[in-house]
Amino acid sequence: MAKNTIIPFGPQHPVLPEPIQLRLVLDEERVVSAIPVVGYVHRGLEKLAEQKDFLQDTYLIERICGICSFIHSLTYSMGIESMMGLTPPPRAQYLRVIWSELHRMHSHLLATGLLADSFGFENLFMQLWRTREHIMDAMEATTGARVLLGTCCIGGVRKDVSEELLKSVLQTLVTVEKELDEHMPVLLNDYSVKQRLCGVGILDKQVAYERGAVGPTARASGIAMDLRTQGYAAYGELDVEPMVETDGDCYARTKVRVRELYQSLNIIRQAIGKIPSGSINVPFKTKPDGEVISRAEQPRGEVLYYLKGNGTDMLERLRVRTPTFANIPPVLAMLAGCELADVGVIVISIDPCISCTER
Amino acid sequence: MFTIIGNVFKNLRSKYATRLYPYEVRTPFAGARGKLEIDPDICIYCGICAKRCPANAIAVTRKPDKTWTLDPYRCIVCSYCVEVCPKKCLHMNPKHRSQE
Ligand code: SF4
Ligand code: SF4
Repeated sequence: MAKNTIIPFGPQHPVLPEPIQLRLVLDEERVVSAIPVVGYVHRGLEKLAEQKDFLQDTYLIERICGICSFIHSLTYSMGIESMMGLTPPPRAQYLRVIWSELHRMHSHLLATGLLADSFGFENLFMQLWRTREHIMDAMEATTGARVLLGTCCIGGVRKDVSEELLKSVLQTLVTVEKELDEHMPVLLNDYSVKQRLCGVGILDKQVAYERGAVGPTARASGIAMDLRTQGYAAYGELDVEPMVETDGDCYARTKVRVRELYQSLNIIRQAIGKIPSGSINVPFKTKPDGEVISRAEQPRGEVLYYLKGNGTDMLERLRVRTPTFANIPPVLAMLAGCELADVGVIVISIDPCISCTER
Repeated sequence: MFTIIGNVFKNLRSKYATRLYPYEVRTPFAGARGKLEIDPDICIYCGICAKRCPANAIAVTRKPDKTWTLDPYRCIVCSYCVEVCPKKCLHMNPKHRSQE
C-alpha cells in the first residue's frame, strides 16, 4: 500500500479568500481525508461585546463579517428586541428585508465570482464583480455605506429611505437583472465550467443532514431549509420559497445561488411594492434581561445568536454560531475521495467565510 | 463558449468599468458616511460622544483645556456620536478620508 502524504492547503492559498488551513491526507492525487486547522483570525469579538453596552454592540456585531454584516446586526437586534418585548414598526421590517436581500445578492455575486476565479475563469469573475458594484452603489445610496451599513438598530432601523431612492433601487435591479441574464447562462451552461463543477464534491442528503449543513450547501443537497420561510422581519408577508436542488455537487450549489439571486431580485421588488409608510423605530427605556436565541438566514446559511442579558447595559454572554462553522463538517465529507485539483473549487463552493467563523 | 466571446468583444468596445483613482474620484452619494467632522464653536465638551462611541475613538477633556480629539484610525464611521450629541455639532462629511 502506498504511503499517505499530508500536504497543507492554506492558510494562504490563491483560491482561498480567507485563512483556513486544510491538511490534506493524500493517496497519490486523491484526497483521503482533510483535517481543518482554524484560529488564524480570531479577534475575540464575543468577549469584547461583553465589555460594551448593548447599543454599542450593534455596531461591533456588524463587524463580525465583512459581507453579510447587515444580517448580523439584524439577528442581534431581533434577539435584543425579543428580550425587551419590542416590535419594530412595519416600515422598518420592510427596510430590513430590502437591505438583507441586497446583502444576499452582493454576497452571492461575490461567491459565484470567486468560484469562477477558482477554476480559472477570470473573465466571468470580473463580470460578476462588476455587476456586484451596482448593488454596492445601491447600498451606499440608501444607507451611506457600502458594506457596513450601520442602519440596523434596536427597535427598528436608523435611516429612512425616500421614495426616489427606492425607485433608484428598482432601476438598479433592472440593470442587474439584465447583466445576470447575460452572465448566468455562461456560468450554468458552459462546457468547461460544467466539467469542473458537475459531479464534483457531492454531498449526500443524508450526510448533509447528519453533519448539520446549512444554507445553499444544504439546499443543494435537497434539504428544503430556509429560515426566511419562518417569516422574521417582513418575510412573512412576502413570497419566499426555498431554492432546492438535489444533486448535491458544486454545480448544484452554484445553481442554488444563481436561483437565489433571481429570488432576491423578486423579493426586493415585492418589498418595495408593499412597503408601508410610517415610523422607522420604536423608542424604549428597558434593558435586556433574560436569555434568547435569535436566528436568521444569511447568504451562507443560518446564523444563530445566543444572548444573555442581566438587566444592565452590558450583556452577560453573547455567542455567535456562523453558517460557515456549520458547513465545515460537510465540506470535510465532500473532500474525502476527491482529486487534489478539485479541492479549491469544493472549498469555495460552500462560500466559506472564515473571519466570521472565528469572530 | 460563444456567449462569453460575444461578451469579450462587447468589453473591448465599451467604456472602462473602473476609474483611474486617485486622479479621478467619484462624487460621493448624498448622505454617505465619509468622515466625521465637528463644529467646535457649538460643542459644549460634555463628553457624551466619547462615552457612547463604540470604538473609543473620541477623547474629550474639560480641564485644564477644553479639547475634543478624534482618532481617525479608530473611528469606524458609524455615526452613532452624531446621533447622540445633544448640541448636534457633529456631522458626517460624505467625502471619505484620503491621503492628504
Ligand atoms: S456630544 Fe457633542 S457637544 Fe458633547 S462633547 Fe461630543 S461633540 Fe461636543
Ligand atoms: S463615527 Fe462612530 S466610531 Fe467614529 S467617532 Fe463617532 S461614534 Fe465613534
